[in-house]
Amino acid sequence: MSSILSAENITVEFGGLVAVNDVSFDIPEKGIVSLIGPNGAGKTTFFNILTGLYKPTSGHVMYDGQEITALVPHKIAAAGVARTFQNIRLFGSMTAEENVMVAMHSHLKASLATTILGLPSQRREERAAHEEARALLEFVGIGKTAGEFARNLSYGDQRRLEVARALALRPKVLLLDEPTAGMNPQESSVFVDFVHRIRDEKGISILLIEHDMAVVMKVSERITVLDRGEKIAEGSPAEIKANPRVIEAYLGKGVGAGH
Amino acid sequence: MAISFLKRGEKKQKQSASARKWAISLTLIALAIWAFFTYFFDKTPDAVQSWFQVWLPPSTINESLVWVICALGLNIVVGYAGLLDLGFVAFWAFGGYTAGWFMSGFFHQVNIHFGSMSAKVIPGIHLSFWLVMIIAALIAGFFGIIIGAPTLRLKSDYLALVTLGFGEIIPQVFTNGENIGGFNLSNGTKGISPIDAIGVFGKRLGPFDLGWKFLIYFFLAACMVFVSLRIRGGRLGRAWLAIREDELAASMMGVPLMRTKLTAYAVGAFSGGIGGAVYATHVNGIFAERFNFSISIILLAMVVLGGMGNVWGVIIGALLMAWINATGLPAIGDTFNNTFHTAINFPSYNFLLFGGILVLMMLFKRDGILPEARLKMISHENDDEAANTGGH
Ligand SMILES: Nc1ncnc2c1ncn2[C@@H]1O[C@H](COP(=O)(O)OP(=O)(O)OP(=O)(O)O)[C@@H](O)[C@H]1O
Ligand SMILES: [Mg+2]
Repeated sequence: MSSILSAENITVEFGGLVAVNDVSFDIPEKGIVSLIGPNGAGKTTFFNILTGLYKPTSGHVMYDGQEITALVPHKIAAAGVARTFQNIRLFGSMTAEENVMVAMHSHLKASLATTILGLPSQRREERAAHEEARALLEFVGIGKTAGEFARNLSYGDQRRLEVARALALRPKVLLLDEPTAGMNPQESSVFVDFVHRIRDEKGISILLIEHDMAVVMKVSERITVLDRGEKIAEGSPAEIKANPRVIEAYLGKGVGAGH
Repeated sequence: MAISFLKRGEKKQKQSASARKWAISLTLIALAIWAFFTYFFDKTPDAVQSWFQVWLPPSTINESLVWVICALGLNIVVGYAGLLDLGFVAFWAFGGYTAGWFMSGFFHQVNIHFGSMSAKVIPGIHLSFWLVMIIAALIAGFFGIIIGAPTLRLKSDYLALVTLGFGEIIPQVFTNGENIGGFNLSNGTKGISPIDAIGVFGKRLGPFDLGWKFLIYFFLAACMVFVSLRIRGGRLGRAWLAIREDELAASMMGVPLMRTKLTAYAVGAFSGGIGGAVYATHVNGIFAERFNFSISIILLAMVVLGGMGNVWGVIIGALLMAWINATGLPAIGDTFNNTFHTAINFPSYNFLLFGGILVLMMLFKRDGILPEARLKMISHENDDEAANTGGH
C-alpha cells in the first residue's frame, strides 16, 4: 500500500535531550495506524514534526509525494495535514461553529474588500461555509452546540469539537493526540466506531496517539511503539501484544499494558 | 438538513437584529442630539444653556466622536487580533499632518485646489475633506505596513515595546520636522493652522458649525462600525480572533499568522489615519505637542474598558472616557472645589484615573463593561428558543 505521509529518519534534539532518535514511519493511504509508548517517549514531539511546528534536527517528512519538512505550519495544514491537541486548544471565546469555520480559512476566498462590501460571491461562500460547519458538528455528534462558546462545552464535547475543526481543513491525514483522554470506557468504545467512520466516509488516513490499550488494539491496523525517543517495535496489534520489548518498556515503567 | 438550515437562518437574523437594534438606537440618539443643538438649544432658558456649557458642551460631543473613530481602529488591532499596540498615536499623527498638508495654506509655494470650498486665490494645497480622509488613511495604513512587517514577527511583549517606541518617534519627527534638509515638513512646534473648512452639500463648515460637523463625524464613526462588524463576521475576523485566542492552534488550522496580523495592523492604522485627520478638522489645526503617549494610553483604556473586541462596548467606553477627559473631570472638579472650598486640580489626576481604570479592569473585569461573550450568549439563548419553537 502506498503511503500518504512518511517520516524518514527523524531525529529531534532539545538542547542535549534527544526526544526522537532516528525514527522512520509511514501512514498508509486510508489506513488507521497508532503510535504508542510510555510518557515522555516522544510521541507528541513526533506529531509536532509532522505538522511543521518543530523542525527536525535531521530527517525528512514527505506528504503526498512532496517534501514538507521545511514548510511553515499553516501551509502544511492547508495542504491537508490536520491535527488535534493532547491538551485541548480550542478558541475559547468563539462559538463551536466559528471554531470549525476558522479551519476553513485556507479554502475560503473572501478578501477584505469583498467582505466589507458583502458581495454576492462572499455571501454565498459564507453560507456554504456555515452549512459545512454545521454538517461537521453533526458528524461528530455535537450539532446542538453550534452557537455555544467553545470554553463552555463539556470536556467530551470539546474533544469532539477539536476533531470537527480538524476535519474542516478537508485533510487527507488526521493526527489525533490522545483523543480518548478523559473519556469513560463506554465513550471510548463508541470512539472506535467513530474513527472508522472518519476513514470510511471521508477517506481520511488516521494516525492516533493513544494510551488506552483497548482502543489501540481494536482500532489500529498497525502499531508503532516509541520508547525514550526510539522506535522499539512495529507491527499488527497481535504482534505488538506479544512483543517482549514492548511489554518490558511498559512494565518496566510501571505502566500496565492492559486497561 | 432543512431544520438546521432554518435554525441557522434564524440565528443569523437574531444576531443581526441585535446589531440593528444598537445601530438604530445610536442613530436616533445622534439625530436627537444634532436636532437639539442645531434648532432648539438657542431657545432654551439661559440656565439650561449654561448647564450644557458646563457639563456637555457641543465641542466635547464632537471630540468624543473623534475618539470613537480611533478607538474602533485600535479595537481591530488590540480587541480583535490581540496585538498590544502602545503607539497608536503615530497613526493619529500621520492622519493629522495629512490634513495639515492637504487642507491648508501650509505649502504656500503652490496653489492647488481640488474639491475644496476655500477661495481659489488662497495659496497652498486645498483638497476636498473626503479626499483627504482617503489620503490620510492610505498614508497611515502604508506606514502601518512598513512598521508592522518587521515587528509583527516578535512575541507580543516585544511588539508592545516596539510600538511604544514608534509612537514616541513619529511625533518627535513631526515636532522637529521644521527643517529636514531645508524642507519644512511639519512647521515644528508652531504647528499648522488653520485647517480648511469642511465642505459638504455646498456648505462650508467653519469652526462654529458644530452641529453639521457632528453629523459628519457621526457618519464616519458609523462607517467604522459597519466595517468592523462586516470584517468580524467574515473569514478575516474569525482568523483574527483565533490568533487572539491561540496563535499556535490558529496556525495549525491553516491561518497564516504574519499576513493575518499585518492586515489587522494595517486596517487599524488606516482607521487611525482617518481619526487623526478628523481630529485636525475638529481643532482646526495641527499642534505637535498634542500627539503624545497619553493618546495611545487613553485609546487603549477605551478599548479595554469597553470590552476588547465588542464594537458597542468600545463605543460606550470611548464616549465615557472622552467625556471624563474633556469635560467630566474639570466640571466635577469645579463643583467639588466650590462646594467644599478646596483647590484640588482635578484634571491633573486624569492619568491616575485612566491608569487606575486599566489596572482595575485587568484585575476584576477583563471582558470589559460590555463583553462580547454576554452579547453572544443572549443571541444564543434566542437561538435555543427558535430551535424549540421550530419543532424539535
Ligand atoms: N519544546 C520542548 N523543549 C524541550 N523539551 C521538550 C519539548 N517538547 C518536548 N520535550 C521533551 O521531549 C520528550 C518527549 O516529549 P513528548 O511530549 O513528545 O512525549 P509524549 O510521548 O507525547 O508523552 P506523553 O505521553 O506524556 O504525552 C520529553 O522528555 C519532553 O520533556
Ligand atoms: Mg504527548
